Amino acid sequence: MTEYTDKIKEISKRVLAEGRVEMVIGFRKGSVPMMNQPHLATSAESVDELVWDSNCGLNLANYITDKKGTIGIIAKGCDSRNIVTHVIENKIKRDQLYIIGVPCTGMIDHHKINAMFDSEILTVEESGDQITISGNGFSETKDKQELLQENCTVCTHRNPVEYDELAGNLVEEQKNVDQYASVTKVESLSADEKWNYFEDLLSPCIRCYACRNACPLCYCPTCFVDESRPQWVGKSQDPTDVKTFHLLRAYHCAGRCTDCGACERACPMGIKIREFTKKLNKDCQELYGWEAGLSLDERPPLDTFKTDDPDEFIK
Amino acid sequence: MKNFLEHTGIEPGRLHFSWISSAESTKFVDVVTKITDEVKMLDPANKKYVKTEPKVD
Repeated sequence: MTEYTDKIKEISKRVLAEGRVEMVIGFRKGSVPMMNQPHLATSAESVDELVWDSNCGLNLANYITDKKGTIGIIAKGCDSRNIVTHVIENKIKRDQLYIIGVPCTGMIDHHKINAMFDSEILTVEESGDQITISGNGFSETKDKQELLQENCTVCTHRNPVEYDELAGNLVEEQKNVDQYASVTKVESLSADEKWNYFEDLLSPCIRCYACRNACPLCYCPTCFVDESRPQWVGKSQDPTDVKTFHLLRAYHCAGRCTDCGACERACPMGIKIREFTKKLNKDCQELYGWEAGLSLDERPPLDTFKTDDPDEFIK
Repeated sequence: MKNFLEHTGIEPGRLHFSWISSAESTKFVDVVTKITDEVKMLDPANKKYVKTEPKVD
């Protein structure tokens, strides 16, 4: 995907020069390998810092919330779905945006790669679908497919759903992937086993809220966890408080989550936070036939009322 | 909500939803009786979402 970089630069320079947008939101190289950082380019010189490779896993829709002015944004499949969600939720107007669509072949998982090697990784280079990871005294080349983030392996919307211009040719969508395999596995457990599964899952959580900050859906001016009047949830490390935070966070994403994986990517402890949002996505799909962020003209299921809405849970 | 909480390990039967008008006193009594009966059948030792004293290692 590195070949997109030049095209992205060319488009960005053009839309900035034409005055179509005031800035372009993209990625630039981070200070450590595999950690590209968001970059807001406002001039031709700063556009030159833009890059595109398999380390652009963060979701750029996070940076357009309530922004004034016109913005160019580089969007892979999931970013574009989150942009659609933002437009639906009135967090930005569609005509403020110039969306540079990037067909995506998946992002690589820095947690997975770091866990493969004992010593520090100094460079990660990409060429086609081969990734070369090297550090002091070692260098290994692997297939990108093996290193993908988990959400990318089950992604069915690699191409952007909404864009003004593409930075590359559309890629083939993955078919025959079981998006909800991990959820189905947990569903088959008993209540106690489920409880223990999630206790274990969350035990490393340090309540840093990186998952919330990385999430484009989490844009409340004051998050419920930061509020102290009223205090919705305890601020301690008690497992009850940790779990309450995660359940509420996930529930706030119900019917909105695009499974972009930014939360998992941002988690310093490598917790599989998507286990929660995945279940809600599955429910939305099964109960309402809904996948978030696919159309600008459709209201989300939790925002509408239909007489045939499922109501088995209520007596 | 019910699906989700039960997915994360709350036993089925702990969580109930009902829509009762303020005029439906008999329905209210019926529902509450049914809920208390059902909850009493569950294991009382299974206390979830109850904070305990912090563990000291």
